[in-house]
Amino acid sequence: MSVAIRNALVVTKRGEERLDVKIAQGVIAEMGTSVGPADSELDGTNCHVLPGFVDLHAHLREPGKEDSETIETGSRAGARGGYTALVAMPNTNPAQDSVPVIEFVRMQGERAGLLEVVPSGCITVGRAGTALSPMAELARAGVQIFTDDGSGVQDPALMRRAMEYSRELGITLAQHCEVSSLTVGAVMNECSCSSDLGVPGWPALAEELMVHRDIELAKLTGARVHFLHLSTAGSVHLVRQAKALGLPITAEVTPHHLSLTEELLRSFDSVYKVNPPLRSVADIEALKAGLLDGTIDAIATDHAPHVRRDKELPLDQAPPGMLGLETALGVVLSVLDLTPLQVAEMMSVRPAKIAGIAERHGMLPEVGGPANLCVVDMHQEWTVEPRSLASKSTNTPYVGRVLRGKVRHTVFNGHVVVSDGKAMR
Amino acid sequence: MKQEQPRSSSRTALSGPDVQRAISRIAHEIVERNHGAQNVVLIGLQRGGTWIADALAERICAIEPELTIPNGSLDVSMHRDDIGIRPIVPGAISDISFDINGAIVVLVDDVLYTGRTVRAALEALNNFGRPQAVQLAVIVDRGHRELPIRPDFVGKNLPTQIGDEVVVSDSGVVITAEVSP
Amino acid sequence: MKHLRSIRELGRDGLEQLLESATHMAEINRRPIPKVPALRGKTVVSLFYEDSTRTRLSFETAAKRLSAETMSFSVSTSSVSKGESLRDTIETISHMGAHCFVVRHKSSGVPWQIAQWTNASIINAGDGAHQHPSQAIVDCLTVRQAIDQPFFDGVNVTIVGDIKHSRVARSNIEAFTMLGARVTVVAPPTLLPSHIGHWPVTVVHSLDDVIASTDVLYMLRLQSERMDQGLIPSLSEYGSQFGLTMERAQRLQSSAVVMHPGPMNRGVEMHVDPSDLSQSRIHQQVENGISVRMAVLFDLLARDGELQQLHEEVSA
Repeated sequence: MSVAIRNALVVTKRGEERLDVKIAQGVIAEMGTSVGPADSELDGTNCHVLPGFVDLHAHLREPGKEDSETIETGSRAGARGGYTALVAMPNTNPAQDSVPVIEFVRMQGERAGLLEVVPSGCITVGRAGTALSPMAELARAGVQIFTDDGSGVQDPALMRRAMEYSRELGITLAQHCEVSSLTVGAVMNECSCSSDLGVPGWPALAEELMVHRDIELAKLTGARVHFLHLSTAGSVHLVRQAKALGLPITAEVTPHHLSLTEELLRSFDSVYKVNPPLRSVADIEALKAGLLDGTIDAIATDHAPHVRRDKELPLDQAPPGMLGLETALGVVLSVLDLTPLQVAEMMSVRPAKIAGIAERHGMLPEVGGPANLCVVDMHQEWTVEPRSLASKSTNTPYVGRVLRGKVRHTVFNGHVVVSDGKAMR
Repeated sequence: MKQEQPRSSSRTALSGPDVQRAISRIAHEIVERNHGAQNVVLIGLQRGGTWIADALAERICAIEPELTIPNGSLDVSMHRDDIGIRPIVPGAISDISFDINGAIVVLVDDVLYTGRTVRAALEALNNFGRPQAVQLAVIVDRGHRELPIRPDFVGKNLPTQIGDEVVVSDSGVVITAEVSP
Repeated sequence: MKHLRSIRELGRDGLEQLLESATHMAEINRRPIPKVPALRGKTVVSLFYEDSTRTRLSFETAAKRLSAETMSFSVSTSSVSKGESLRDTIETISHMGAHCFVVRHKSSGVPWQIAQWTNASIINAGDGAHQHPSQAIVDCLTVRQAIDQPFFDGVNVTIVGDIKHSRVARSNIEAFTMLGARVTVVAPPTLLPSHIGHWPVTVVHSLDDVIASTDVLYMLRLQSERMDQGLIPSLSEYGSQFGLTMERAQRLQSSAVVMHPGPMNRGVEMHVDPSDLSQSRIHQQVENGISVRMAVLFDLLARDGELQQLHEEVSA
């Protein structure tokens, strides 16, 4: 089954080129001004062809909380967002700390067939922070990224052991930086607003202390460390310094941390409650600068679906997290002026390398390359309609907001999975 | 929003001196009807009746010098019968610092119209006690009663139209007719 | 004014209007039969997720004196909340015909969240550590009566205690400041909010520094959990540093006003019996409680500022 993308600008190694793209047998067969007919035609007028996005950070909730999302619905949401691969976070139930669960998640992803679901493994058993999980076994089963996301590994000695162990396995440890004793009961950033509202706050220090610690441990052990969802100016500063020393440190930032501030919590709307919390304007500026100068390598969504009932709890009881897969591009381009190449770098090329899937994803389109692509209109303005989301949940703070940049088509392994914004399966 | 419609044709139905004479006459009638003023208390209805109650108290004091007649004021806004139909805006604070149980309460108001204010006043009095009797003194009865309420003491009966505005002060009674649009 | 949820949302005009109305209600409360039909046909529902017999009864009495119907749900046991979400509770009770919810909850923000699920007016009787606006109005009224001044320019108000966790402090600081007072807070650093520097208050760590110059001394209750949480070394140390001891009481100005939102922790923040203190206005606070709550209910459910002109058209 062949696919042709016509009339678009393709982002290649040579720059933006006005080329038609022909896909057959899972690869890009031809790129030129006239590629002949195909079984499936995708119109790319006003669009750019980019490598399919890779999300380093998505919560698919299966197994364990299928009422909020399943691997299938999460994959569909990802595909609509232009993603051809995503790293599934391991805070499932049971947790992704054993081979059977990893295989299950991978298999469910294959069955859905909408994008590549790359399961991450836990650093500690059950994410409890006390004993290392069988990382070698999991690595043999193909797991490349390990994290206890949802929490950070609190014990420095344990983290050191994990890093020493990981170095030999060539895997990456991804840290959710949060010193939990400093964030007990926290509902939002610790700031003027939290003082006014009388709610416990999450101080920036709680993130920065762990970023600092893990950078020092990485220096000591030589491990490869990736920092999840950085949210403070201080963290960006620490990572910039670490990179200047040539350490194998990478970092990601979410679209919501680039666009929303702590003041939104004055409404007490739990849709804005997230870990790490929304922060100040100054933090947003530092994160944007960090992204633009390469200190932050990638944009990752931290897609966190929650059923409406859970988000309707009082603010201090509501679970943190918001959706992200379907709005990522639209949010990022509404707050940052990026070129298509920058979008490709931040949302596809670099995350693919970090995730260890760069042979299949994150490659600028070229003949012979894998047909994992998205066709995006960088300027199209649109608003979020909760009912038209592919995700099973609707906890997005962007309802009614005008976003800029829309994914029109997504091609995964040579198959059209999203056409004109609609999922094909 | 209340429309300010152009009003014209005001007429003075009673002069200032006429109003004062009416008050004097009513004071005598109150004393006569009640065979003296020993058990009588005056309660002026906010806002229009309080100055009249004060004037009556003065006159009655002149007629029966050994008595000091208790004189209070009552705001009936919280007792109106159009609660739920219109918003309530409280007026001045009521001030009835004496016991009305067993007394003869003379309610005093400037104009008697539909009777609803007096009905509300009767209900409000229940909060304060159980009078022996309640009598009603008004300077002007302008008709158009909507309830079975009748005055005991009247300054003057003045026929009016429903849209008319009637203003009573110590300079007289002025009726202003509403101009039809 | 549709809701009373925070002093900030109420605004200065709203605050003054309520203080006005409260004096009307005080007169009604002095009548032999303190009852008016102003809220006839309205239903006021108290939904107390946190125990408070005193405040709940105060609101219910206020509603009854205005002839409203009352319904009361006390959720500290498990009657309403087993499995039933806040939203379900609010929607169900709204459909039963509630015009007004009086809500107390341990989570900040609940009065704003529930406004999405009902058209009824919402009165915040205390949400987490955030706001307790009716208490602040009671306190402003009490100060007004004590100093016989409607506005507080030039008045020194000192609030002592666990500011960090106190909704009464937050509401009172806003209300007193709105009326022109100079507010000082006295507390150990661990009981102050992280960003108090942004508040329009002076921060002092020693009560002795201000006891002789303050015009109003407002003592907050210290909960014993604060010691368990390691925020203060011990209750007795707190008491000796920040409590109203006999010695400190003697240094108060004779015209000073001493207040406490209740209930008192004797031997912790209060070391003197208020009935021995001529400056105490704690009883007046309690008395004013019902008048203020009547004013709040009345202003939300019976009065509409925009239609004030109709008042003139009321038939005589």
